[in-house]
Amino acid sequence: MTYAYYPGCSAKGSSADYEKSTQAVCDVLGLTLVEMSDWNCCGSTPAHAVDTELSAALCARNLDIAARQGAKMLLTPCPSCLSNLKHAANRLEKPEFRARVDALLDNPAAGNFPAVTSVMQGIAAHCDVNGIAKHIRKNLKGLKLAAYYGCLMSRPAKLMDFGDPENPSLMENLLTACGAEMLNFPLKTVCCGASYGIPERAVTARLSGRILKLAACMQADAVAVACPLCQMNLDLRQPQAAKAVDAFFNMPVLYFTQIMGLAFGLSPTALGLEKLRVSADSLLRKLEAEGGRS
Amino acid sequence: MRIGVFICHCGSNIAGTVDCARVAEISTGFPDVVYATDPMYTCAEPGQVAIEAAIHDHRLDGVVVASCSPRIHEPTFRHTVERAGLNRYMFEMANIREHVSWIGKDRDANTNKAAELVKMALAKLRNNRPLVAKSFEANKKVLIVGGGVAGIQAALDCADGGVPVILLERESTIGGKMAKLDKTFPTVDCSACILGPKMVDVAQHPNITLYTYSELEDISGYIGNFTVKIHKRATYVNWEKCTGCGVCSEKCPSKKTPDAFNELTGVTTAINIPFPQAIPKKAVISAEHCRQLTKGKCGICAKTCPTGAVVYDMQDDVVTEEVGCIIAATGYDLMDWTVYREYGGGQYPDVITSLQYERLLSTSGPTGGHIRRPSDGLEPKHVVFIQCVGSRDKSVGRPYCSGFCCMYTAKQAVLTKDHLPLSQSYVFYMDIRAPGKLYDEFTRRAVEEYGVEYIRGRVSAVYPDGEGAYVVMGVDTLLGRPVEIKADIVVLAVGIEASRGAAALAEKLRISYDNYGFFMESHVKLKPVETNTAGVFLAGVCQGAKDIPASVAQGSATAAKVLALFARDRLENDPQTAQVDTRRCVGCGKCIRCCPFGALKETTIRGEIKTDVIETVCQGCGLCTSTCPQGAVQLSHATDNQILAEVNALCRC
Repeated sequence: MTYAYYPGCSAKGSSADYEKSTQAVCDVLGLTLVEMSDWNCCGSTPAHAVDTELSAALCARNLDIAARQGAKMLLTPCPSCLSNLKHAANRLEKPEFRARVDALLDNPAAGNFPAVTSVMQGIAAHCDVNGIAKHIRKNLKGLKLAAYYGCLMSRPAKLMDFGDPENPSLMENLLTACGAEMLNFPLKTVCCGASYGIPERAVTARLSGRILKLAACMQADAVAVACPLCQMNLDLRQPQAAKAVDAFFNMPVLYFTQIMGLAFGLSPTALGLEKLRVSADSLLRKLEAEGGRS
Repeated sequence: MRIGVFICHCGSNIAGTVDCARVAEISTGFPDVVYATDPMYTCAEPGQVAIEAAIHDHRLDGVVVASCSPRIHEPTFRHTVERAGLNRYMFEMANIREHVSWIGKDRDANTNKAAELVKMALAKLRNNRPLVAKSFEANKKVLIVGGGVAGIQAALDCADGGVPVILLERESTIGGKMAKLDKTFPTVDCSACILGPKMVDVAQHPNITLYTYSELEDISGYIGNFTVKIHKRATYVNWEKCTGCGVCSEKCPSKKTPDAFNELTGVTTAINIPFPQAIPKKAVISAEHCRQLTKGKCGICAKTCPTGAVVYDMQDDVVTEEVGCIIAATGYDLMDWTVYREYGGGQYPDVITSLQYERLLSTSGPTGGHIRRPSDGLEPKHVVFIQCVGSRDKSVGRPYCSGFCCMYTAKQAVLTKDHLPLSQSYVFYMDIRAPGKLYDEFTRRAVEEYGVEYIRGRVSAVYPDGEGAYVVMGVDTLLGRPVEIKADIVVLAVGIEASRGAAALAEKLRISYDNYGFFMESHVKLKPVETNTAGVFLAGVCQGAKDIPASVAQGSATAAKVLALFARDRLENDPQTAQVDTRRCVGCGKCIRCCPFGALKETTIRGEIKTDVIETVCQGCGLCTSTCPQGAVQLSHATDNQILAEVNALCRC
């Protein structure tokens, strides 16, 4: 299957490893991701807070390009991009809003936008448990993982379509299919502090600290994430977070695609594991020691 | 005919938007009206005396009162005209309050509509004929469904008043929810100690027949003459022989039966007596968990029973009883709190319901009255109570207040401090609702003397902190900031819902119930224990949330109603029943099939099939009248002629 792919700007910088592992895992599973040409930033966190029309215009341009390139389905790894694209598509259904957005664009958006979905939902829709199982080269048996979705992935519930917004389970389903033991992680949709890491560092440190502390208490081997910003807060800011909650952490924070890639037998380099600040070595060692072959 | 018309002002209720004097004046122009006036309060004593005087002075043989709802005052005015010597059915009422003054502000239009309603009532009255009630013998025995504290109180009061009582209970013992409580608010006296003696009284009272482990299967008949079928479930123990010694449950090897009496906080044996003060104190085998009954191998209880009371092949039984009236006192169940997934939805062992906590506090409970966490048996230090779980929450379909949770939470917090002096309790609340006698004082005491910390706000999530305790995330809406409390045990003040099967029972009793399954009283304020079905009364929480004092008061109130009813030797039926014109009836039987009360039956008159009405059963609903293709069935006091006269009066202006 071929899908249009919208990487979003963090995929080209801070979360290049997410991008790399996403492409690698989709290759294995037979999802061909074709990156849209000439895409622009979705507006990310700031735009929609300042000007919904500008934010929608940025997304409308992307959706328009994808539509003109004949895409029926657009996949994006980043929850923030997903949220912005979906919100824009939803708002643009109102003619008067669309007219105001069109005024901001050189070329009015053509309409008939492709459906937008996350890479996680795309993989789950493409292959079931058996579809994943047949690619497993290194069973993740013995690995205890905390799936962490962040606050954005499943909300607003209707738009994002992740099932129960308080208790989504898609990531658990995918990683369980890879053989990992998924913890019942109660903070899976609680905010990590998001972009407060810049203006109010203490807030982010406290919120991320709470998440990491519980994962550590529950003896998770790693936290599995699906959001570049969450990953950065939990991984890069781990010393700050540890200080805020008076603890010490050495908790690898991996993208779910990196973990799936490990199960598929891909090399750590192919999955960009060297980009993690908290090394995944402990995880790899445990996998070598315990992980059986499928 | 000579008719008098009275247009009531009802203070400003009607006169505010209706020109009553004008309506009276218009009324004098209607046929047969010889007298019309507009008193201030027709229902008050001067008003009623004036009606009586007018009947005498103007030799009236019919009266129309235009005022409020007939549901409230029609019986009043019927008695008034009766006192003056008229037949009570030579009276008609026009509702010009609910149907006119309360719903419109246009004075002219209202006045006009009021006059038209009077005209209709007059047209009907001119076609009225005197009706006479038939009297019949009443079976002076009462059936009480539900053996909780309300049912027990009603049973004792009726029995003391000389009325034989049949007390029916679904569980194997009476006592209901109150028997499960450790202490009661606001006096903190032992629940079992105040209820126990009453339960013993029930067992020993010569006027009370007790059926436990039994359910109501079927009811037929009418006030004074109900026939009830009682389904006695098999207990697999011959209660005539069982002495309640308890040897059977000591020896029973199947020790993993969920203990319903202890709210599933513990396990019990497959053959058991629910609690030491059970009435009757007889053993019951849980068929689901008994090895003999499920696998055919065991039989230990039968071998050890000193009186040979165990009967493995016991069958359910149905007994029939005749009673004159019925009291429903079926109580409540806890709302299914597992829908609150954010509180742990049944997945965390130390997040428990208030009733489970009550069992932990109770000496006869699974921990012998020591507060211990279900997960590891440790004593909790921090106890968090969350109120309004399933109360006042539209999102789970429970918008009503459950009434007593504020109080029992305060009581449990106080008891927690008594049991564990070093503990700290927190209560997340929305408002404190403590309106009863000494109630507010009690909640204050919890705060001021027992140091319970009350936090106003809702809890958003409860989750394990990974170190064996729980984090309760909430908001303090008085301080306007989020709070997180560490808890060793979380107690949810779970709200109530109607007892399981309440709606089905209501259908059997032919009484109304609300959206939530609570039984409807006849009048919210003035007939709180009656129902719209004659001879069926309500007591306790089956009618709506209430605490023990209110349930007991209502139990006594129903008993008073029963005793008043049975103080008469003969009861009268309402003569507004269906009548069959046998000359017109073709015996098609449609009316028999449509009657919800079973009041019509087939009969043979001179070889032809016809329908006959059992007048005492007929409730005068009129379904048969509108069903009959021949127009052969007529409702006395609402005949086709009367209804057509009303329509004609309105349309032929």
